Amino acid sequence: MQILSLFIVPLVGLLLVRLMPDSRKAFWAGMAVALVSLADVLVKLVSLDPSTGYQMVLDQSWVKDLGISFYVGVDGLSMVMVFLTALLIPLIIYSSADREIPDYKNLLSLVFFMQAALYGVFVSLDGFLFYVFWELALIPIWFICLLWGGKERIRITLKFFIYTLSGSLLMLLGVIWLWLQTPGTHSFDINSLMQLSLTDSQQSWVFWAFFIAFAIKIPIFPFHTWQPDTYVSAPTIGTMLLSGIMLKMGLFGLIRWVLPIVPAAVESWSWLAVGLAVVGVVYAALMAMAQTDFKRMAAYSSMSHVGLIAAAILTADATAVEGATYQMISHGVNAIGLFFVAEILQRRFADREIGEMGGLAHVSRPFAIGFMVIMLGNVALPLTNGFVGEFLMLSGIYNYGAWTAAIAGLSVILGAVYMLNAYRKTTLGETSALSATFTPLTVSEKTLLLIIGALVVIGGIYPKYLMDIAGPSLQTILNKPF
Amino acid sequence: MEQFIWLIPALPLLGFLINGIGNKSVPRGMSGLVASITVLGGFILSVVLFLQLLSDPNLVIQQKLFTWMATSTMEVDFGFMVDRLSVIMLLVITGVGFLIHVYSMGYMHEEPDYARYFAYLNLFVFFMLILVLGSGYLMMFVGWEGVGLCSYLLIGFWFKNNDYNAAASKAFIMNRIGDLGFLLGMFLMLQTFGSLSYDKVISGASTMSVGTPVLTAIALLLFVGAMGKSAQLPLYTWLPDAMAGPTPVSALIHAATMVTAGIYMVVRSNVIYVLAPFASEIVLIVGILTALLAAFVGLKQTDIKKVLAYSTVSQLGLMFVALGLGAYKTALFHVVTHAFFKALLFLCSGSVIHAMGGEQDMRKMGGLKKALPITHLTFLIGTLAITGIPPFAGFFSKDEIMASAFATNGWIFALVCFCALLTAIYMFRLYFLTFHGEFRGSQHQQEHLHESPASMTTPLIVLAILSTIGGFIGMPEIMHAPHLLSRFLKPVTAMAESYTSLHVTHTFEYILLVSSVSILAIVIWFSHRKYAVQKHVPAAPQELSGFQWVLHNKFFVDEFYDAIIVRPLRMVSSLGYRWIEQGFIDGIVNGFGTVATSLSAALRYLQSGAIGFYMIAMVISFIVVFFIQMFL
Repeated sequence: MQILSLFIVPLVGLLLVRLMPDSRKAFWAGMAVALVSLADVLVKLVSLDPSTGYQMVLDQSWVKDLGISFYVGVDGLSMVMVFLTALLIPLIIYSSADREIPDYKNLLSLVFFMQAALYGVFVSLDGFLFYVFWELALIPIWFICLLWGGKERIRITLKFFIYTLSGSLLMLLGVIWLWLQTPGTHSFDINSLMQLSLTDSQQSWVFWAFFIAFAIKIPIFPFHTWQPDTYVSAPTIGTMLLSGIMLKMGLFGLIRWVLPIVPAAVESWSWLAVGLAVVGVVYAALMAMAQTDFKRMAAYSSMSHVGLIAAAILTADATAVEGATYQMISHGVNAIGLFFVAEILQRRFADREIGEMGGLAHVSRPFAIGFMVIMLGNVALPLTNGFVGEFLMLSGIYNYGAWTAAIAGLSVILGAVYMLNAYRKTTLGETSALSATFTPLTVSEKTLLLIIGALVVIGGIYPKYLMDIAGPSLQTILNKPF
Repeated sequence: MEQFIWLIPALPLLGFLINGIGNKSVPRGMSGLVASITVLGGFILSVVLFLQLLSDPNLVIQQKLFTWMATSTMEVDFGFMVDRLSVIMLLVITGVGFLIHVYSMGYMHEEPDYARYFAYLNLFVFFMLILVLGSGYLMMFVGWEGVGLCSYLLIGFWFKNNDYNAAASKAFIMNRIGDLGFLLGMFLMLQTFGSLSYDKVISGASTMSVGTPVLTAIALLLFVGAMGKSAQLPLYTWLPDAMAGPTPVSALIHAATMVTAGIYMVVRSNVIYVLAPFASEIVLIVGILTALLAAFVGLKQTDIKKVLAYSTVSQLGLMFVALGLGAYKTALFHVVTHAFFKALLFLCSGSVIHAMGGEQDMRKMGGLKKALPITHLTFLIGTLAITGIPPFAGFFSKDEIMASAFATNGWIFALVCFCALLTAIYMFRLYFLTFHGEFRGSQHQQEHLHESPASMTTPLIVLAILSTIGGFIGMPEIMHAPHLLSRFLKPVTAMAESYTSLHVTHTFEYILLVSSVSILAIVIWFSHRKYAVQKHVPAAPQELSGFQWVLHNKFFVDEFYDAIIVRPLRMVSSLGYRWIEQGFIDGIVNGFGTVATSLSAALRYLQSGAIGFYMIAMVISFIVVFFIQMFL
């Protein structure tokens, strides 16, 4: 039963923020709840035994006739993803500390709704339940983008919604088809799905149904065109939720539901799936180079990074998948860091282009330093969190194919090109007229930059703790005989 | 002592934190002092280590701090290893580094952002120490990329200037190209040996036979990394641009230490290279081509720092020649002597620039020996050292490179000699143009000419002494004195030596000595006549023609890269964004939407709301279904 606290805390938060008299108090109440949830998760993280399978299991029959249960539990992999969610939500809420956001209480409620749904995605052990949480998570983010978004939000949000929904329907078909194959009274239980012995062509169909759903969510080239517009138009909280946590649903889904259930299809189709992901890594980096809008640059940068994570997972190489799991956390931190930098610029300069800025280092030293550290995490400099995952992933991809790794490795170079360019144009050089109007960072902005910067460095120096937690469960998944 | 190895890098890291976090609240006097003392502390510890290693030839000190990354298939420690090779590098980095820190206190005196400068400088020393102290290739890579970051930060130290920022980005990105090679090399090592620690890789490699393809591949990939860091063809163009940074930075990072990391890497991996003769040949060819190309370009530069920069590229090329020949100890010997005299030359040029109020164009200098006596004398010593005049330091190491070349291949020997001749020509041109003849600067500059303060001249004097006597650690056989460095490094390169014999006869050594000295004497006499007596001043760039024009423009390599890489990449990026991303891919996605919308628009007519229409439709469909049931 203790696993239910994962859901209870955010749902209490959802109600609590609504009861607050004004948005200031709602903010603090929200922060408090988010931190309680983080503490709750930390307790679970510490008490988890990574070497045994699912723990804190709750298996409550839901729709008996269809074999659907509320079957949840955590292993190392889920725990790490839950931790990522719990870690980022307070930071995401905190990023709105000084902002006067209209209808703020509703926004916070949606964030907590989202948090509960995300936890659900990561702890579901029942295929149908996974699908339910997957779709539940789409609802709050859709509202957040629609109601608090920027220019053209209606058109963009509609595209985002329809695109991801059609992907999810494919996944639903895949799940139902798998369910039909289960013996007896049928079941959505992950264990029975993993025990199915499917032929290669059956596996292939299921693989593609899942792959497209996940590829849209992640996004993997060429299913990505909803992403840059959505990231740019969404409010920063929404962008952070999307890039920091939500896209990990797709990556997590690949590890939890695709690798162990259709391993043969992964092996026979990886050339195409890994190929698309790797093309996307380079492609997105090239697109990032062409951007003049900071947020859009950050969106493509994020896509390039997650493309590498997807490629690593799809190789099904142990080192690559372990690196990918760690990189999901690092990318979460780095992406919200980069989008927070975008937010700082947007608050002051609205939608102005990078080229009009420059010389911010003269105006605000803390901004220059904070941005620098986040940039280093993003370009994966050793001793930052970005390096650990990138190194392990590329190393694993190299085992899969040397040239694949060499091409994916081009992002090492191109990533430096667009990030240094963005840094130079905004922060270095003479102070432009626009930059001169930059108001000093507020206390909360400085604090958040400091926290993210600290996470970047700590994550780079001591990744071992989290990797040890995720490691054994990944071994179990990858070593599943087929 | 073993437990305290971590202190050596930790001290400069502490200095970085003090200056970096304290920043402007640290008193000016303090920040330079803190920075210098932490490096001095590292030097003292290195000396202690050195003495310890000296007494025990087989001592290799390992220290594991913690496990950095661990997966089911591999484990990488955050740990240090000190052997005889690393301790030499430690002494050079902390020793020369300390002198340059002291010098910086004087040179950067008027800099408002004093603490930031020293923070970066300390951070650099930290990463450089990690690079040579690491217990495996991944730790080397940590330092490798870390020094690249510091180089980026320091080249663009005066970040108001966008040219400097461009130079900084260029350095970082070019290094990253090399780093990708390094990374791929590490992946292959992991795949082959299952580990990245030196002892496992080296012992694994030493069991393989000569010419094993995987070793050749590893050696070549690592060398790509070295090309970036040590500015070899084709990745060398960042180094001359890196001169945008403050001059002490050029001395420390872009001459004495960081750029020699590539040589350290190859020496560290000498077992792999010995077993990969093809890779060694590539190293040799790249080295000699770089050495010649850079020396040619150096002939026609008029910016004092640019000449020294190309000279550095050229000297690094010579070190790679030595590596390619299998003369690993010789290459390291040249790293050491080069660190002394090139740091000296750069710091002297800094002193000149300081006195000239920021002027770097040699055509506006001249006759500075009267106003800057100490700088003049020390610069002369540096020039004599780099050109290889006995008994100055460069003579011994360069002589060894020539001898190794002669023992292997006559052509290489001839090219190395030619390169040495070019070195002498551009260095004496530089020396005479700057310090002899008449002053060609402005009235204002002339009035303000002054010798630098003691904080700057003292390091010059120390380095000048080292440039004078530094070569004695490696005496050739004909001098009947022991080759101390070679003896000291024996355990590191023992295996390599069993493969290559680079012995030359005593007669040859005598001939080499006499002929090189006499040729250099002619060069000096000629340069003196041309620049000091006849007072020849290099023509303005626009008056140059033919080959001189090509040389002045550095063979147009930058323009070439711009045309074949930079601009096409930008074009692919921006056209790709417009046509493929927005036009094609998103076009298809939106196409689905449009089709769906128009379909629904068509279908909407069916929902007219008129009951009669629905009735008819129902009847028709019943009939259709009926027919299908009946006949199909």
